[in-house]
Amino acid sequence: MVTRSGHGERSAAVTAGDTASDTPAAPVIHARALAKSYPGGPAVRGVDLSVAAGETFGFLGPNGAGKTTTIAMLCTLTAPSGGRAEIAGHDVVTEAHQVRRHIGLVFQDTTLDLGLTAWENLRFHARLYGVPAAAARERARMLLDLVGLGGRRDDLVGTFSGGMKRRLEVVRALMHRPRVLFLDEPTIGLDPHTRAQIWEHLRLLRERERITVFLTTHYLDEAEHCDRIAIIDDGRIIAEGTPAELKTVVGADRIELRSSDDRAAAAQLRDLFGLEATVTERGLSVRVADGAAFVPRMCAALTVPIESVTVVRPSLDDVFFHYTGRTIREEGGR
Amino acid sequence: MTAPATAPRASRYADELAALGVVWQRDMLHYVRDRLKIVVTVLQPVLMLLALGAGLAALLPASPGGADYRTFLFPGMLVMTVQAPAISAGVALVTDRQAGFLREMIVAPVRRETLLVGRCLGGATIAACQGALLLPLAGIAHLPYDPVLLALLLGELAVVALAMTALGVLLAVTITRTESFYAVLSVLTMPLIFLSGAMFPVQGLPGWLSWAVLINPVSYAVDALRRTITGYLPGPVPPQLFDGPRWGGWSPPVALELAGIAVLGAVMLVWASRRFGRLG
Repeated sequence: MVTRSGHGERSAAVTAGDTASDTPAAPVIHARALAKSYPGGPAVRGVDLSVAAGETFGFLGPNGAGKTTTIAMLCTLTAPSGGRAEIAGHDVVTEAHQVRRHIGLVFQDTTLDLGLTAWENLRFHARLYGVPAAAARERARMLLDLVGLGGRRDDLVGTFSGGMKRRLEVVRALMHRPRVLFLDEPTIGLDPHTRAQIWEHLRLLRERERITVFLTTHYLDEAEHCDRIAIIDDGRIIAEGTPAELKTVVGADRIELRSSDDRAAAAQLRDLFGLEATVTERGLSVRVADGAAFVPRMCAALTVPIESVTVVRPSLDDVFFHYTGRTIREEGGR
Repeated sequence: MTAPATAPRASRYADELAALGVVWQRDMLHYVRDRLKIVVTVLQPVLMLLALGAGLAALLPASPGGADYRTFLFPGMLVMTVQAPAISAGVALVTDRQAGFLREMIVAPVRRETLLVGRCLGGATIAACQGALLLPLAGIAHLPYDPVLLALLLGELAVVALAMTALGVLLAVTITRTESFYAVLSVLTMPLIFLSGAMFPVQGLPGWLSWAVLINPVSYAVDALRRTITGYLPGPVPPQLFDGPRWGGWSPPVALELAGIAVLGAVMLVWASRRFGRLG
């Protein structure tokens, strides 16, 4: 009885997926109970994902949390040992060929051929993906212009800077008009200026292509660019939502306060508002739900002269710490 | 959305063929761009032919037809010229794996076997081109500049090149540890050439060495080329120098030698493709 109903559910889901892939509401990435075990133990323990068309989805987690394995399964590079996943309505195991047509990949380490020119790299990719020659030339011209590499089309990639290589890789991944662009640490190892530049180009490309982006990053300020975020730890997704939603879970804003007498101010905060302030080297720090609304009330109530007040909104670093008990940079950047 | 899912079979083959072509083309681009490598790779056999050839030719009597040690050495040097670039097709595969470019290829919607065969064809073409660069020196070895002979030699070189490329690629996909791969390569290439009759006649070798020559596929490649050459020489050649491997007194015909090499190459290529398809 149980097995029978389970079987029926599954085939129903398949047909629903096939017909629904034409409607815009159908998720472009869909994973259910996706799992992977290695001889050393489980790496991913049942991940559910649903990413809508046009969404930018950030996938965060400490090292060894299962990020890379999950991406590898979604990209058909590793076979799942349990569960299933579909990209653009195609199963990653039984229709790997179709999935590959619909995804573009940018890996952490460069996968460009440094001995070829930018255009030769793009042409190679286009022919591998069956893009007609004329269309490939036109698309390469448009995309290279968009990321500011129009003038370097015929230069050897070996002469490119790190940021230029990254941009070229993004262009290459988009040559065959994929539905989903996977970016594994797209800005790792780049200086802040170049990182900002890459994000600006990604924003332009997303506007232009209406593409779904699935990315991992160690820079949580970059995760702010995402529409939605999932945090994975120990092979399970432990939090999911928009950056704003996740920050609400962590809750409170933090107010940093400098006064002429921190001890007296702390006592008044406790007596008047019932708040426990902690003393830091920059003065007092106190957590409240809505910092902006609290500041005028606090300033009116405290009799101790106040020198400065700062409201700090919770960052994704706080969110990450809240869920994993670690800061993401403890992992050493890789 | 379902239209590309049910792409007709014919277009699938066309896609695979296009992929094969572009993998081959990439190898060619790398080849023509590295002029220094072209020159250096062909320089070693040229020096051997000139120095070793001249030195030993003085010791051995020339035949009435003009064939001497250099004539004997020439096919051996052709095989040597082809061997180095052919084996480096395997090296290129390892380099691609290290540089990350291999990932760009294996995530493409193309069969892995196609990628590997394209690679082999590229390596074999490069190797045959390198061999062709040596052909203009035929006169030094007293070969007639007969276009038919040169075309035959080039064709035979292409077969030998493909088989050797398959060997290099098979090693590359079998030995995934880079250091071990290079170690095996350097240990393997030397005896393959030395025990093939490329540099000295195989007739006078002691028992166990003559067995090594008989099981060495390169011996038959050298012998096939050498017998093709002697067929175009004006006079007879000294048999103690030019006799190739014999199976109990019987010399296998040139066609059989080449067919054997081709079959061996094909088997290694299929084996390598299978392994490459399974690699994670």
